[in-house]
Amino acid sequence: MSRSQHHPHDPRLNEPPPLYGSLTETAYRELGLRVGLEIHQQLLTERKLFCRCPAGLYTAEHDAEILRHMRPTLSEMGEYDGTALMEFKTQKQIIYLLKNESVCTYEMDDAPPFELNARALDIAATIALMLGCKIVGEIHITRKQYLDGSIPTGFQRTAIVGVDGALPFRGRTVRVRQLAVEEDSCREVSDRRHTRTFRTDRLGMPLIEIVTDPDMHTPAEAAAVGQLLRRLTRASGLVRTGAGAARQDVNVSITGGTRIEIKGVPSLRAIPRLVHSEAMRQRSLLAIRDLLSQRGVTVAGIGTRSVDVTPIVRNTECRFVRKAVDNGAVARAVALPGFEGLLGAPTQPRTTFLREFSDRVRVIACLDELPNLACSTHEAVTLSSSEWDRVGKACRVSPLTPVLVVWGPAQDVDTACREIVIRAQDAVQGIPSETRQALPDGTNGFERILPGPDRMYPDTDEPPIPLADARLDVIAREVPETPWDRVDRLRKLGVGGDLAERLARHAAYPLFQLLCRRLDGKHFGVQDLASLLLDRRCARPALPGVDDSWWERAVDRLVTGEVVPEGVWCGGEIPPASLSPAKARSLCRRRLAALPSGGPQDRVARVGWIMAHVMEELRGKVAGRVVRTWVEEALA
Amino acid sequence: MSDDFKGYRDPTLSLLRSHDARVWSQVILHTSRGDFSGLILPRSETADAEHVVLKLVTGYNIGIHHTTIQGITIEGRKEAHYQIPEKAFPYDPAKPRVKLFGTGGTIASRLDYRTGAVIPAFSPGELYGSVPELADICNLETEKLYGVFSENMGPEQWIGTAEAIAREIERGVAGIVVGHGTDTMHHTAAALSFMLQDLPVPVVMVGSQRSSDRPSSDAAINLINAARTAATSDIAEVMVCMFGPTSDQYGLLHRGTRVRKMHSSYRSTFRTLSDIPLGKIDANGVTPFRKDYNRRREDKRVSLNTAFDDRVAIVYYYPAMKPDIIDALVANGYRGIVIAGTGLGHVNKPLYPALSRAHDAGVALFMTVQTLWGFVQMYVYETGREIMELGVVPAANMLPEVAYVKLGWALGQTDDLAEVERIMLAPVNGEITEREPHNGYLVFQGGIPEVDEFISQYWK
Repeated sequence: MSRSQHHPHDPRLNEPPPLYGSLTETAYRELGLRVGLEIHQQLLTERKLFCRCPAGLYTAEHDAEILRHMRPTLSEMGEYDGTALMEFKTQKQIIYLLKNESVCTYEMDDAPPFELNARALDIAATIALMLGCKIVGEIHITRKQYLDGSIPTGFQRTAIVGVDGALPFRGRTVRVRQLAVEEDSCREVSDRRHTRTFRTDRLGMPLIEIVTDPDMHTPAEAAAVGQLLRRLTRASGLVRTGAGAARQDVNVSITGGTRIEIKGVPSLRAIPRLVHSEAMRQRSLLAIRDLLSQRGVTVAGIGTRSVDVTPIVRNTECRFVRKAVDNGAVARAVALPGFEGLLGAPTQPRTTFLREFSDRVRVIACLDELPNLACSTHEAVTLSSSEWDRVGKACRVSPLTPVLVVWGPAQDVDTACREIVIRAQDAVQGIPSETRQALPDGTNGFERILPGPDRMYPDTDEPPIPLADARLDVIAREVPETPWDRVDRLRKLGVGGDLAERLARHAAYPLFQLLCRRLDGKHFGVQDLASLLLDRRCARPALPGVDDSWWERAVDRLVTGEVVPEGVWCGGEIPPASLSPAKARSLCRRRLAALPSGGPQDRVARVGWIMAHVMEELRGKVAGRVVRTWVEEALA
Repeated sequence: MSDDFKGYRDPTLSLLRSHDARVWSQVILHTSRGDFSGLILPRSETADAEHVVLKLVTGYNIGIHHTTIQGITIEGRKEAHYQIPEKAFPYDPAKPRVKLFGTGGTIASRLDYRTGAVIPAFSPGELYGSVPELADICNLETEKLYGVFSENMGPEQWIGTAEAIAREIERGVAGIVVGHGTDTMHHTAAALSFMLQDLPVPVVMVGSQRSSDRPSSDAAINLINAARTAATSDIAEVMVCMFGPTSDQYGLLHRGTRVRKMHSSYRSTFRTLSDIPLGKIDANGVTPFRKDYNRRREDKRVSLNTAFDDRVAIVYYYPAMKPDIIDALVANGYRGIVIAGTGLGHVNKPLYPALSRAHDAGVALFMTVQTLWGFVQMYVYETGREIMELGVVPAANMLPEVAYVKLGWALGQTDDLAEVERIMLAPVNGEITEREPHNGYLVFQGGIPEVDEFISQYWK
């Protein structure tokens, strides 16, 4: 009997999803795409947030290891939170690598927290003010539970500093829901089967988390807002820079879909592709839901049975199954009637619906050697036809019904079968609420069930910390200018267009502010100064504190006309005095008269050759473009 | 009425009252820093009286200073319900019966995320919900004796607990688990070791160093270990069962008379001093480290002696300590003083007359060592010999806290000082040992290369 696929007629499922770059803004709006950002930014402090360990001391070695497990806590409803239960099911051993210089008993969760780092709180409040947030009157530290092991206590200490801020963006406003100060987590070293290993150096470093509302509507907007927030935090001068100092998570949903959190986004540039892939995945999953509904498949109707098929695959030629079974693995099968034609349906670019099941088996059952599933309707050859026939009979389903086979240690395979059923049930309802992991190719994979909204409770180890008006006033006085306010100010000063934007971001900005006061606007004005400082031809670094007095003298001479910008470009200790137009012209004529013979005949090349000859004497004393017009005139 | 504004005091209380803004109301606070929307939560008694606590829709809590509040809009109310659904602890006739007595400390809890409250889970059903593994080990019954922080445990509670345990043993039980705060677990363990002798079954004390609401807590593993020990071990003694290393690997079973909390916060804080522990416990069961322990019996007999006179003090000697402290104790009617002396058991000369006066007044005086490890040996130096002549009795290698408990127990039984001395120096169960092996004191220094090297190779 041949196995044929029922091809769904829905184009959302039939064709590969459009690649990133092919959809218009309108198309995203029609999808109802909503994107929000969560930016995590390390603060520039000497010490960590809740202890006195040095911040920023990263190492590749360790002095000791400790082993922990995480258990979920029952909620008042007598149930475990979905995430907690999932993590518990994985039965992970968690190993923490410790280095005595960078962690203390607090990080190991063997001592209560010390007093909150006051400098970190001041920095958080400063940035919250830059975002126009309302600042709270009293900081209450909250515990946010994480059972993946990334924090040894099993929860992160976090506290809200400000709410309801706003980011000006392309003539509208992106709302900033909140800014919180919190401790950073461990760095994952490896995650293999039932053991996950973390390095603890980064643990406890102070972070701010900035959460926006889902006010972005295209992938490109999400990246642009990310850039803007990055610029803002950098502008404060109070945050750490360098690899890993700033990280971002993206929340994506489409109309009818579910808010999905994508974590581990490696850079701002990666955002658009990730957002697009997720939007496409949600679109496909909704189509799958609709089709299942049309076919009359219900949650209750999905059988929870799995069947032992170890004897059937014992002698298979399928290499990866055979190897496992030879080593004592068992194999079980789960049938998915009603899912005909769906397992191969495209979800994200280069990815099919089958991956949703494979991911759950990998993450929750810890069967992480891929491939970890064989599918009867999959195009790749896995088991033989006759083996699939026998599997199908063992499951008591028709040969057309998709069957998934999973193999490994008995307990893990049991977990895997349960998770396959759960994922199938989720598919009937739509898009399960998940945290997903950004992958290098712009797609995403399952990471964990999204925690319920209130996985948080007060941390009673620390008292609440007042942020009184008096302290806030002191902070407010020191608040640095936001990038957009700076651009506005430059424009008002007379720096136009693109130059204002570039100067606002540039390291030369403080020098500009210093030199601005010396201008009179006649010979050499604000726009000229801005151009000069940003000009790549200028050999002299335009950094504050490096050469302030040299620059001041140079600007004074530029203002009087004694020197031209080109003279400053040369970077010499003393810019050469400029020449009056008459004098310059006469010198130019003299040089033209004394041209050597030969030289290129082509006009453009010839002009260049002549210029080089003439500028030998005139360089730095007169504007090159003025000389060029004379040379062109002479040639004509 | 007071519950409507729970925890709030003036001046904030008046402000809330004037707006009738009660706890659990959904409100908008209009303040000088802008509007904040949320649920009013109760105020903690240890926090100041100046702020209102709001739970935001995101689940975070914030505080708002009362002077910044310009107005309050009330949008509704959300009552808190502490309804805890009961799941019955599964009963298996093939499994041993274990009784868990609670004295305080939270061995298991659940969280009310709505309010942020941590609610103790204690009934068998609640424990089963939190630690389902217990049902694989035993049939568990629970009884709450007290609900105090362990620094508030004392002779009255020791006696009550000993009596309750004796009653349970007479009913017939496979083992006893006592949930207890960790700060004075070793004091209670010593007291129970004296008050309950010739035990036929294990009596296992257990607690948690990290609060049981957190995922990383040692509570569940300690409880599982304790239950397994109580149900299956043949070590019929009073024991403390807590983490061995700080890693989740195994628990240690410490004899109640030689165990002490040695670090303010580490999970691995409990240690047996000057000897090795009774054994270790993990998922595979109990592995004894020694053979000289009281073994399990089938009968239901236990020897109960709950005498106690609490007019006993521990005096921790320090340089230039003045004799008036000793005199004051005597003047206030203390009948027994345990001295934690320096070195081999020494105090300074100015104290001698006071000690002599105490002895003459009929106060029982015993010497132990501040160093915790090692024997009192008062013959070696003249100081020690002189102190003994004053009537101070060396207490061998009894830990100071254990000596305090035992002296109270002895004085509760007799007025005769010679008899008190006899009781003190006759070991009941290891509080005095005849010898201290090399591995009784293994306190190593970090920073030494071979030590760090050793530690780096194991999960500790």
